[in-house]
Amino acid sequence: MSALGRRRFLANALVVSFVLSGRGLAQDKKLPPSLAKTPHLDSWIRVNADGRVTVFTGKAELGQGIRTALTQVAAHELAMPPAGIDLITADTDLTPDEGVTAGSHSMQDSGTAILNAAANVRALLAEAAAWQFAIAADQIVMRDGAAHAPDGRRIGYGDLAAGLSLEVQAEPDMPRREGGTSVIGQNLPRLDIPAKVSGGQAYVQDIRLPGMLHARVVRGPSDGTKVKAADIAAVEKMPGVVKVVREGGFMAVVADQEWRAVKALHRLQAAGWERSAPPIPASDLRETIRRLPAEQVTIFDYPGPPSPADARTIRARYSRPHLMHGSVGPSCAVAQWANGRMTVWTHSQGVYPLRKALAELLRLEPQRVRCIHVEGAGCYGHNGADDVAADAALAARAVPGKPVRLQWMREQEHGWEPLGSAMVVELAAELDAQNRIAGWRHEVWSNTHSTRPTTAGGLLAGGELDPPFATPKPRPIPMPEGGGARNGNPIYALPNARGTFHFVEQMPARVSALRGLGAQMNVFAIESFMDELAAATGADPVAFRLAWLKDERARDVVRTAADRFGWPARRKGGDGVGTGFAFARYKNLATHCAVALEVRVDRDTGEIRVPRVVAAVDSGEAVNPDGIRNQIEGGIVQSLSWTTLEAVGFDKTHRASFDWSAYPILRFPAVPGRVEVHVIDRPGEPFLGAGEAAQGPAAAALGNAVADALGVRLRDMPLSPQRVKAALRPVRAEPHQAAG
Amino acid sequence: MDAITPPAPASFDRYLVAEGEDLAKLGNCAGCHTAEPSRPLAGGRAMPTPFGKVFATNITPHAEDGIGAWSREAFGRALRRGIARNGEHLYPAFPYDHFTRATDQELEALYAWLMTRRPIAGRAPETKLAGIFGFRPVVAAWNLINLDEGPLADDRQQSPSWNRGRALVEGLAHCGGCHTPRDRFGAEDRSHAFDGARIEGWYAPPINARSPAVRPWTADELYVYLRTGLGPMHAAAAGPMGGVTRALAQVPDTDVRAIAVYVASLMAGAPAARQDKAEPVDRLADVQRAHPEAATLFAGACATCHEPGAPMMQQGRPHLAWGTPLHEDNANDTIAIIMKGLVSPAGATGPTMPAFADMLDDRQVQELAVYLRARFTDKPPWADVGGAIAEARQGEHK
Amino acid sequence: MITLTVNGKAHQVEVDPDTPLLYVLRNELALNGAKFGCGLGQCGACTVLLDDKPVFSCLVPVAALGARKVRTLEGLQANGKPGPLPSAFEAEQAAQCGYCIAGMIVRAQALLEKNPRPTEEEVRSHLAPNLCRCGTHMRILRAVRRAAEAMGGGVRDVAEQTP
Ligand code: FES
Ligand code: FES
Repeated sequence: MSALGRRRFLANALVVSFVLSGRGLAQDKKLPPSLAKTPHLDSWIRVNADGRVTVFTGKAELGQGIRTALTQVAAHELAMPPAGIDLITADTDLTPDEGVTAGSHSMQDSGTAILNAAANVRALLAEAAAWQFAIAADQIVMRDGAAHAPDGRRIGYGDLAAGLSLEVQAEPDMPRREGGTSVIGQNLPRLDIPAKVSGGQAYVQDIRLPGMLHARVVRGPSDGTKVKAADIAAVEKMPGVVKVVREGGFMAVVADQEWRAVKALHRLQAAGWERSAPPIPASDLRETIRRLPAEQVTIFDYPGPPSPADARTIRARYSRPHLMHGSVGPSCAVAQWANGRMTVWTHSQGVYPLRKALAELLRLEPQRVRCIHVEGAGCYGHNGADDVAADAALAARAVPGKPVRLQWMREQEHGWEPLGSAMVVELAAELDAQNRIAGWRHEVWSNTHSTRPTTAGGLLAGGELDPPFATPKPRPIPMPEGGGARNGNPIYALPNARGTFHFVEQMPARVSALRGLGAQMNVFAIESFMDELAAATGADPVAFRLAWLKDERARDVVRTAADRFGWPARRKGGDGVGTGFAFARYKNLATHCAVALEVRVDRDTGEIRVPRVVAAVDSGEAVNPDGIRNQIEGGIVQSLSWTTLEAVGFDKTHRASFDWSAYPILRFPAVPGRVEVHVIDRPGEPFLGAGEAAQGPAAAALGNAVADALGVRLRDMPLSPQRVKAALRPVRAEPHQAAG
Repeated sequence: MDAITPPAPASFDRYLVAEGEDLAKLGNCAGCHTAEPSRPLAGGRAMPTPFGKVFATNITPHAEDGIGAWSREAFGRALRRGIARNGEHLYPAFPYDHFTRATDQELEALYAWLMTRRPIAGRAPETKLAGIFGFRPVVAAWNLINLDEGPLADDRQQSPSWNRGRALVEGLAHCGGCHTPRDRFGAEDRSHAFDGARIEGWYAPPINARSPAVRPWTADELYVYLRTGLGPMHAAAAGPMGGVTRALAQVPDTDVRAIAVYVASLMAGAPAARQDKAEPVDRLADVQRAHPEAATLFAGACATCHEPGAPMMQQGRPHLAWGTPLHEDNANDTIAIIMKGLVSPAGATGPTMPAFADMLDDRQVQELAVYLRARFTDKPPWADVGGAIAEARQGEHK
Repeated sequence: MITLTVNGKAHQVEVDPDTPLLYVLRNELALNGAKFGCGLGQCGACTVLLDDKPVFSCLVPVAALGARKVRTLEGLQANGKPGPLPSAFEAEQAAQCGYCIAGMIVRAQALLEKNPRPTEEEVRSHLAPNLCRCGTHMRILRAVRRAAEAMGGGVRDVAEQTP
């Protein structure tokens, strides 16, 4: 009996009624999580009378190309051209709740859900067609948005749908469409790019509503500070200023024109500022994090015999500073308070969690808050998007009826966005007499990697109102995903290996999720250390990894990157020229990514150049290989920027990295000469997100290449010219050194 | 002196080489001898003198085109006495009158560092000077009158740091190379040491008792400025000084402190040192009336960084009224900064400012400069703003 | 009332004369191309052409324009079709979030108009004022190369791939 056998069609009206017992039937089979949460098909897919199909996703386009990839998935499974599909992304009034768009989960969650929902809808359409043509359903061929009978009769989806209700629950395990041309695996051009290269409306920053006002929020230079009392009456008299909004410690200025709001902002800021939080303990916080009280969490414990007594121990300590998302476009939102409802256009990664937090902040029923996702500039994690949505909502509530557009200034983005936490990793390994790894210890110190708002206290404005909403206590994210511990569990089949996460609750600076979370640091440490062990045993770094890597897909990725790079024939490191290799599987359960690269280090200036990078990646079935390449290329370049240049600096009172001069990132002259990405397609395997997979391997490959080039290893990021120079400088042993 | 076969890099002690690197940075050798970053020390940069351009030569250890064939003795003679290996006299644009102060040990280290660089082929264009100054023997005569050879003796009245500072400032760091005006021979005019001088369209302000600084320079403030390129009470290092501070960011701390101590002592008699201004001058209301067009330009182009309440000001960057350039006797630095901006090399943290040369036209730049002078200083208007703008534009097309 | 010429058309706007050109383009003329990235002349997201020279529109007061002509990304489309640079960016799929792309295209346009056969190093140093946080640089370089060829020139000295 086909999966649809349980459905029955009424004879004279083309209305599908659904046997309710169907809900309970498939207890052994499970819907993919997103679909299980929102099981009605019409929450995902609607077929319009004209044959166009609207697909709904709870995920958001963040510039990662998800709009295109999800459209491809739907088009493939519905057997229709992608151009016939309209995709609606995250909107609390319209789309399913799929939480946040993060952790490279979008393809896995929404892609799988849409794939299944579309398979259900296709089957329903086919069955409807079979009934119309009065033939068996398996005779029907679905193609180009229509059902075809063997005798040439054809009926379009629009006509079929006229009498079909999709208000039914999805069935688990619907077979995927087979045969025919597939749009999955094709490099469908990104749907969002034409508007972006022609000046079309593409971003929340571009929204212009009739009667819209412009606002700016007024804060001190960075988290933990506040502005002093300003002459508000004078500012309210400035031309075009509509209102200075004040609620408790929250302040924003609303004006008729954007520039007038900026001028008013500067006037308000001129009053000066003070620190409201305790002083910042150091200009670089990694040592602070290492020393603060921490909660010990075991992250993995692989059994094995204790290492032999004659084993030699190798230890190393790695670290990274606080890092910034540093989106090129500062966070922005448009909000409107009308008819007892607050509507917010936002580039938040989670419209539903944001709605919940905003409702609490505004003391409204959640149903009276609507959050609509509109693209912003690249986000790379929890940046100012949610905070600015709250700022805009508070400003809008003060001018009922009027839409208010509020964008942060550059220095506010730099000063207030939650940073990626500084981290320290200490590794120790025991090598036995045969140079095999006989024991492994991984210890990692870090603040939390998620303070994403789910309550009003998680929003900046929430802490500024009177009374303030309490900031939620950060908790470590459990493995296998992990936060600071993410990818702390080595993928290598190591015996007698244990890892501890030292979760530091106290946050000397505001932090949250940054692309890859702890993975970048943990992979940098593990993959640097693998090279150090390979060197200690005289092994080739790639061969050494393969010796401990059991997973076949992982091995394939490693071998592909090595082959395409020409690893065996690479030139011997030295004289400032070197090559490096690194591998990781993101979270040990998502995309596999290996990176090989070449560096040239200028021994005089300490600058590192990267003439060539080769990466191999396996993210399951590749829906849009070029999209994956784009993500990996971007991840590599961004990670090289983090690893060679970036560090948030602090003063006792504030973040000193307030703009691009104080927080430089990679610019054109220093980006790699060439980046090649090889995608290994695995048709039929689950989709795995690729967005964050390159951060760790790129960082570690760079570190390994620099060590190869200089003969000295740098273990503290960034591998800045100063650090390179310092590492190269010979240190004369003190002639009268005291013993010990 | 006889040519030698370039010594093998490995023959030099690596500690000595590292010392030499510090000295080369203190002396900012690369500042003049590097034209293209990809060809470090291969020469090519032109130094304008009243008689024509003097081209910095290739000082990489290339045997034919650089100094690879120079023995340690030949190198020492060049630095101490300004005589090349082949016996020719070097032009005083090469500051051997300063380098002569270097100790033997320092020369040793510098030599070791230079001889272990990457040899690069290619010669700088030949220097051809107008009139009699084309004849190197004239330089020899100049040397006879002016050159006082060898290191300075310590002044026992002063601290070791001051003495070290003097040795560097008067010696390898050759601060006078920019801050002392030059005489007819293109050499520094010692009777006006550190009185300030024009340099490549910029103005290196006086760093003695004539310093135009509005607030006193303390040794601590100078130290921060020399190390970071930014003095919160004075200014950001611009133009050629930007390169100097980036080099000084990499040398031993004690040397930078010593330079700061000595230069602070040179400026001890400056007006600011005697009378500290507590409040910045800001005659906003008056100037707005007198220069409405410039006030608009300032509000749209400059205020976003420089008006109180702007982010940069929140970070404690200098108020424009504290900025030395506006208080100098000529408009060159102000104009040059507006038109060329302040460029930090890619990737480095440091003060930056975009160049306004393409954003504003000459008349607007002129208006703005006049406005800034009137608003943020109590000094009389500058005489030749137009000339400074023309000079800056000229530099653009080179 | 201030008059300015943008993409060959004269406009009159009612704004404070110190308003930076960027805000006028976006809010008064409804042109989305130039973006606010920093307002400090550090990122290039707001790049437009002022009499053929690339400038940061966030720092040009509209009153300072005088008779000078402004061209924006929107002005690089010919008869409703994308010009060589926008089409090359599309062909190379040279965008992730795309927020920086308008500025990149406009700045590249200035270079190729002046120098149809730049070296890769010249392209890189010419684009240095513009930031991209997504790391789309490699594709942007490819797009500029493709556009240069489409315009009858080309990019010289492209770094060879040496295994
Ligand atoms: S927005 Fe103008 S340069 Fe950044
Ligand atoms: S594509 Fe996102 S900033 Fe460039």
